[in-house]
Amino acid sequence: MFKKFQPSTDIAGHTPVKTSVQRSIRSALLSQWKIEPETLEAIWPKKEGLVHVKCREHVSIYTVNGEPLAFQHFDGPFYPTLRVIHKYPYILPMVKVDRGAIRFLLGGAHMMCPGFTSKGGYLPPPDEALPAGSPVTIHAEGKEHAVGIGITKLATEDIRKINKGVGVEVVTYLGDDLWALQSL
Amino acid sequence: MGRKNNVSSSNAPPPPAPEPGQPEGEAPQPRPPVQVLYCGVCTYPIEYCEFGSSLTKCKEWLKEEHPEQFDKYYSEEALQAKIGTLSLEAQTKLEKDTAKAEAKAEAKADAALKKKMSSQITIKRIERNKRKHITAVHGLEAFGIDLKKAAKQFASKFATGASVTKNAQGLDEVVVQGDVSDEIVDMIEQEAGVLKGIPVDNVEIVEEKKKKGGE
Repeated sequence: MFKKFQPSTDIAGHTPVKTSVQRSIRSALLSQWKIEPETLEAIWPKKEGLVHVKCREHVSIYTVNGEPLAFQHFDGPFYPTLRVIHKYPYILPMVKVDRGAIRFLLGGAHMMCPGFTSKGGYLPPPDEALPAGSPVTIHAEGKEHAVGIGITKLATEDIRKINKGVGVEVVTYLGDDLWALQSL
Repeated sequence: MGRKNNVSSSNAPPPPAPEPGQPEGEAPQPRPPVQVLYCGVCTYPIEYCEFGSSLTKCKEWLKEEHPEQFDKYYSEEALQAKIGTLSLEAQTKLEKDTAKAEAKAEAKADAALKKKMSSQITIKRIERNKRKHITAVHGLEAFGIDLKKAAKQFASKFATGASVTKNAQGLDEVVVQGDVSDEIVDMIEQEAGVLKGIPVDNVEIVEEKKKKGGE
């Protein structure tokens, strides 16, 4: 989504968000992310107004104090930015790819199933299986911090079973243009 | 570097505890953020430097700034552990690729610098009617100068209007009211305000008459 993203051409405008909308975003974040209200308060204090940065192709980025906090595609789920994920790695469920996949991930490729099912990979156990279309953080074998954020294209159980093709679509990854964008 | 397989699940509310041995962020409480050390060269978390295009520089930076972290990531056993499940050929191939990418990035940076150093700045005096002129400065952006800020600076320095406009070729340039070309050259020489790092040899003054005169 952010492989090619230029603030000068791709941003249509900044608008402060209405308080009522902010309230609904806040409750949406609390329900979609595994985050306590206090922690969310720490990264997004109530007093700080949210700024909606509208970008091309229905991408909206929400910033607090000029720092991107979350983004959204059309009406889809909210994704935290990678820097937020590094600080609070537990707010999204985690999957892990093996070492061979890292360099493709850093090139912005979608993650194929075998990367998760091989020895270095990790998928949530069957009792915590994720359905298709849920946001996940993508970790890498032998690394401690996340490399990317994606959305599952197949349910995690299907990833295990089918073991072919795209398993997780990458939304943002280390070194893409959203990463380069430290403040807006 | 330890592997993360011992972390049972990240779905449970308490976060996957950072690996032991990481000095910062050892507290597994959910509240405080995990402190991540980002590389000063490639901006990645330091463990991902090896996938960036400036590994050598990243290593130097880390050795200088955080020697204890350097030992953790680049000592012999760390390198051994890092290979993980990857086969040997795949590993060597990866290393070769990184080296290649690094050389490529360096060459690119060199070329960019060369281009920057050879790019010209044109200060054009344009006649508006017989005794009124405007001055258009073109090519400032090649030196990483924010055109808007430069325009603001000119406007306050000369107490005239100054703005960023697109010229006939569709390129941005700073347009200042009045004939201030010599003063702008002086400012570039003294590196006033935002006008930094421009070699004076690259500045060129041209004049444009109303009725298709010479350059």
